Amino acid sequence: MSLQRKPYFALDAEMLGNLVTILKDFGYIIYGPVERDGAIVYDIIESAEQIPRGLFDEQSPGRYRLIKKDERRYFGYVVGPQSPKYVLYPPQHLLFKVRKDGRTFIPRPDGKKVAIFGLRPCDLKAVDILDDVLLKGPYKNNTYWTLRKDALFIAVNCIEPDNNCFCTSMNTGPFAKSGCDICITELLMDGKHVFILETMTDKGAEIVNRLGCRSATEEELDAVSRLMEEARNKIRKKLNVENLKEDLYKNLEHPRWNDVGNRCLTCGNCTLVCPTCFCSSVFDRSSLSMDVAERWALWDSCFSIDYSYIHGGAIRQSIMSRYRNWLMHKLATWVDQFGTFGCVGCGRCITWCPVGIDIVEEANRVRS
Amino acid sequence: MKAKAMLENSQTIEVEVMRRFSVESVVKETPDTYTLTLKPLDKKEYNFVPGQFNMLYAFGVGEAPISLSGDPDERHLVVHTIRVVGAVTNALVNVKKPGFIGLRGPFGSGWPLEKMKGKDVIIVAGGIGLAPLRPAIYYILKHRKEYGKFFFLYGARTPNDLLYKKELKEWKSRFDMDAFITVDAGDEKWTGNVGVVTTLFKRIKLDPDNTYALVCGPEIMMKYTVLELRNQGLTDDKIYLSMERNMKCGMRLCGRCQFGPYFVCKDGPVFSMDQINRFFGRREV
Repeated sequence: MSLQRKPYFALDAEMLGNLVTILKDFGYIIYGPVERDGAIVYDIIESAEQIPRGLFDEQSPGRYRLIKKDERRYFGYVVGPQSPKYVLYPPQHLLFKVRKDGRTFIPRPDGKKVAIFGLRPCDLKAVDILDDVLLKGPYKNNTYWTLRKDALFIAVNCIEPDNNCFCTSMNTGPFAKSGCDICITELLMDGKHVFILETMTDKGAEIVNRLGCRSATEEELDAVSRLMEEARNKIRKKLNVENLKEDLYKNLEHPRWNDVGNRCLTCGNCTLVCPTCFCSSVFDRSSLSMDVAERWALWDSCFSIDYSYIHGGAIRQSIMSRYRNWLMHKLATWVDQFGTFGCVGCGRCITWCPVGIDIVEEANRVRS
Repeated sequence: MKAKAMLENSQTIEVEVMRRFSVESVVKETPDTYTLTLKPLDKKEYNFVPGQFNMLYAFGVGEAPISLSGDPDERHLVVHTIRVVGAVTNALVNVKKPGFIGLRGPFGSGWPLEKMKGKDVIIVAGGIGLAPLRPAIYYILKHRKEYGKFFFLYGARTPNDLLYKKELKEWKSRFDMDAFITVDAGDEKWTGNVGVVTTLFKRIKLDPDNTYALVCGPEIMMKYTVLELRNQGLTDDKIYLSMERNMKCGMRLCGRCQFGPYFVCKDGPVFSMDQINRFFGRREV
């Protein structure tokens, strides 16, 4: 595979700080990867020095560890527990306020622009999917829209995918094809350490232009192509998505659901780490004087009993049915609802499941 | 927190998120069910299709999805029958002037009243499931000549649980509809049928190619009603059900009302049986 020449630039690794500075100059609040409590999470960064170096992650079902290796490397890890969902669709957000006389107020877009730095190709696709859900229906989520409409994405291609990654099956990675403004590939060869930047939007081009970096050389682009090929081959986890929806619909009563129901703890971790899970609950609260009331949205999980509660009891009482509902939504009903899978193959739900339930394995078993 | 501080601690703009309605009357239907007549404070018209629902908001307490149960031709009053099952419904039936009920809607799909023209109609209701069907009954009776035979089967747990008792009496006495009412358990004054609503099917004979069925009630009641309708030869494309799931937003955004591939708030609550037969009656879907 060879890359076309045009929009590829090369930035010396030591100059990464300039990119952060320029983003700040453009008025962005920058969310970047930082290390916290032994995991990589997104937080507001002020300089490139806050981005951890030399960290790699080991992931397997129910397991996540950061280890120190090659000190030069910036992006040796893949996805941590947080996805861009945390930034763009905050776990708690105000929907509206009501005065006692019934006049209603919604949050005003405050003009803040966010840039998310270091998100992965699977997460780009996840944002795309959230757009379908939260913006493209008859109604849209105001908070998401406010944050999303001016958001800038700087993606990082995955050259060291993890055990739980299956983006090649979902056709979302390991390299970004679209959906971001700038896409970065980290290149370490012959003592050289550069970032190959690909601009995908005008805004991205403007920023790279301001950086004033040179074009990437043929040699560098060849190296990127090689890394691409290698990364793809490193991904061993496979989910055959052909006829997947129909196969799952046909197997609503498969005994495997009971099997996984016996292992699932209904903790809801998978729904919290999932970059596309969007279900929310609402809660109302009022001032002590009862003059103003507020309504807030709060992330919810289909694994809670309350999620399906209607007067008289919950629809999904058994753990089996709640797991089935979740998996079926990701891999079957989502297709009917929005025309894509609700899964991007990031593997987070496998890593962060305390008992290591593997969505790929369960889907494959249910089909067989 | 002081009201002013609460409004100012984040920048907000005023928009009409919901319309405000005053409560004109409250009628007690059963020990726990009330019919509210609401009047828009903005004095604008309100239009809906039988089968649709509103999100009703009690100030500071919360919101609940409630189906419309009034006459669709009445554009200046909105009627809801509410069963008190929790904090929100309790607050809603206790709103007093000058308080208001916030209303968003109408949401969702309606009964196929146009499609049914020229055909026989059977309406089967269980308990409070009659509420979303009453607008359809009003409509059919008002346009009586445009429909064929009209059967109405209604079941409740006890005589005390029957909704709209005056209207039931009137419907039973009409010659242009066949109304049958039953209760699961009678009391000393009850002289009518006893048994679940499906036991009424032996009283009627449907013309399967020419009949549409509208059904609403508890899921288990709808399941057995569908079996009776199929027994009488009705095909799934002629059977319509009103489904219920937990709803928080009514706008297809909160995700809670999913039923198989459908969002009940947007794709339903009224579904044709052939739309949902793959999922309907399956345990815990």
